[in-house]
Amino acid sequence: MSLLLKNIIRFALFILVQIFVLDKIHLHQLVTPYLYFLFILWLPFNMSRPVQMIIAFALGLTLDSFRHNPGFHAAACVLIAYVRPFLVALLIPQEGADGNYEEPSPKSLGGNLPYFIYATVLTIIHHGWLFILEAWQFGNFWYFLMKTLLSTAISLALIIVTELLIVRKQKFRTNTV
Amino acid sequence: MRNIFLFIRRYSTLLLFLLLQGFSIYLIVTYNRYHNAVFSNTATQVTGKVNEQYNRVEDYFRLKKTNDSLWKANERLYNKLRENFQIPDTLSKIVIDSLKIDSLEQHRKYRYLQATVIENSVTTQSNYIVLGRGKNQELKEGMGLIDVNNGVVGIITTVSSDYAVVMSMLHKDSHISGKLLKSGETGTLTWDGKQPNIVAISGIPKSAKVAKGDTVITSGFSTTFPKGLLVGFVTEVIPEKSTNNYTIKLKTAADFYSLQYVYVIDNKQQEAIKQLLDKATQQSK
Repeated sequence: MSLLLKNIIRFALFILVQIFVLDKIHLHQLVTPYLYFLFILWLPFNMSRPVQMIIAFALGLTLDSFRHNPGFHAAACVLIAYVRPFLVALLIPQEGADGNYEEPSPKSLGGNLPYFIYATVLTIIHHGWLFILEAWQFGNFWYFLMKTLLSTAISLALIIVTELLIVRKQKFRTNTV
Repeated sequence: MRNIFLFIRRYSTLLLFLLLQGFSIYLIVTYNRYHNAVFSNTATQVTGKVNEQYNRVEDYFRLKKTNDSLWKANERLYNKLRENFQIPDTLSKIVIDSLKIDSLEQHRKYRYLQATVIENSVTTQSNYIVLGRGKNQELKEGMGLIDVNNGVVGIITTVSSDYAVVMSMLHKDSHISGKLLKSGETGTLTWDGKQPNIVAISGIPKSAKVAKGDTVITSGFSTTFPKGLLVGFVTEVIPEKSTNNYTIKLKTAADFYSLQYVYVIDNKQQEAIKQLLDKATQQSK
């Protein structure tokens, strides 16, 4: 399957799951289960940074349109798309290892721990920025700090479940062919 | 000049990032009730189509609950029928009723229009409801929305050709005028963004006698809702320390979790009242 087609399908699936499954779950007022931004975490390594950000913006704005509140998720998605390459460069086991695999996964980042750190940091940044933007309009900062932490926990649980359920085949690519 | 281009080229990623962030924040700040019509119109048309498909399936899971609530609403209406009341024939006063039958509907003030909810949220800070009925089906901005049991739900903010977006009472910018049924004090209904189904009414003076379980209704001071629609029931009365007012928490009469069939209230005289008010404000300037 071509890269473009695969990502278009993923885009649609993540948005649909977010809107019609996760948004219908009312766990608690402090907990909003988010999973859709995993799409950005899964974008290929070799995609250029402006393209990543534009795709992230489109993803956020699509979700915003369904929620009738344009801007919030778009801003959070653009932020994690901007931060992602720095984080990958920090966590990747050796120089140039990102050329060996297509996209970030426990295997390509060299173990479960680096991938978990990668997911945790980006989730906290996404939720933090999203809820700060809401809090800035709304007041009561501590409430939103709790919301960020609890929502991050549930998002991470969802990411782990998704990683276990969906097997992404990662071929090892060498440049010494 | 060359340096500027070099600068742009070197920091193009950062600049694009700042541009996209800036645009997002611009959208957040400027998007309110009546602006951004282009964005919300097209977005509502598209997302409305998707939600309508989903709703066709979801409706089946709530049939029993919906049936129960419609049954209760029917019972209430049956009890209001004229045949159920009999007044002893002791009156001798002759009443000349000049308004016999309003067949041209020129005196009608409110008209109820049915609509289905195709999308509804309660979890965010700014909750919106989408109706599967729009401009082509007589809906306009500023109309009020109630559920089948006459509980206030919200006000329409945007209409596209086939769908309408309603600002739910569970929205941080929602300000609906409410009134205590027993003592008649009026206040403003707001939502603090925390618990769905719990709203607050502010601006009730401490001289008012309020008790747990009291009913709050619409005041009828705005042109959106007629007087006397159910808003909620008092659950908690908190005296404000710095002012002479109470903040009163209410449990809403409408159940925001399970909205499905609703009524939109069309005020036929809204336009006339608005014109009059505009004229008055212009004269006072």
